[in-house]
Amino acid sequence: MPELTAAVERRSLVIEVGGVPVRVNTTDPRFLVMLQNRYAGFLSDSGQPDIEFDVTLAPPISANPEAEVQVTQRQGRWCLTRGDFGAEWEPATRRGWIRQSPNPYSLDSVLRIVHTLVLARQGGFLMHSASAIRNGKAFLFAGVSGAGKTTISRLAPSDATLLTDEISYVRKQGGGYVAFGTPFTGELAKVGENVSAPVATLYLLAQGPENRIDPVPDGEAARSLLANVLFFAEDEALVQSTFHSAFEFVSRVPVSRLTFVPDARVWELIR
Amino acid sequence: MSKLYVARNPRVAARSLDGEMMIMSGRDSTLFTLNKTATILWQAADGATPLDEIVEHKICPEFDVEPAEALKDAETLARELASHEILQVSEQPIAPRNAASGESR
Repeated sequence: MPELTAAVERRSLVIEVGGVPVRVNTTDPRFLVMLQNRYAGFLSDSGQPDIEFDVTLAPPISANPEAEVQVTQRQGRWCLTRGDFGAEWEPATRRGWIRQSPNPYSLDSVLRIVHTLVLARQGGFLMHSASAIRNGKAFLFAGVSGAGKTTISRLAPSDATLLTDEISYVRKQGGGYVAFGTPFTGELAKVGENVSAPVATLYLLAQGPENRIDPVPDGEAARSLLANVLFFAEDEALVQSTFHSAFEFVSRVPVSRLTFVPDARVWELIR
Repeated sequence: MSKLYVARNPRVAARSLDGEMMIMSGRDSTLFTLNKTATILWQAADGATPLDEIVEHKICPEFDVEPAEALKDAETLARELASHEILQVSEQPIAPRNAASGESR
């Protein structure tokens, strides 16, 4: 008797950012290729992912496709929703699901959110900043939109390795912090290199008539850092944890103001 | 006139650095930086000491201001901080289990 149903083949890839492997399962081969291209430098062959998502492709779940992201926790499960996706993730089982349309941007957002949740438990964070490695040291360049993150990234010399022009990935390791490359891009639309290095300095960007570096008082440093850290979750414990992580960071990593003229000579100061 | 009691909201994160008190709402991650008066009020807000005593013993010695005027300003400030859920305000003492310590770490 012939089989009345056929098994649907499940296809997977593992996206590893910041040393956290995330397996993504899909039944759609075209979506898989889309993800392989999007995360080309961040694919891993890890057999033991920290997190695993089953992705179901479907039309937008919300009546309002522009609806803002909401991240809430209930009974040990994180619930992530935005106009273009819905997702759940249970850290205890390491598993979750995503329901989204076939585009790479929804998954990108889910990954950013999940990484902020993972990092918050470990004293790290994602932050709005460009970052690059030079001479084995990582430098972060934080600032609001228009402060110069894209410009400083574009001006980076050939001996600097760009980690990101938009979202820096910062993990606490030992007594210091390490910055990792990310596939999360900004205006430069250039995926960062999948490498890491200890964070040497956080620069607060400002554009001005000359290139100079000035010290920043600790209070201002903490305030500026917190203004650039990504918060998604409406969760008191997580907010408190990230708040204290920011103070821990400024107590261990030098923070300076980098005023720069938008030309390549600014990198003579960054070594 | 009834007494007013103030207590730190345990649901916020707080840190003092370089003399600046920074507080983040656990609800929506809004960051507040308190001025000197608000910092004194925050640090003294134990839920048990009436506001007029905080003003008399902690605020007036720091500023050249009349106690009655200082109390009026402190009430306004306390209610403003309460509107941001930084402080709790009550006409009764506020139980310790509902009040935070001076810094949440």
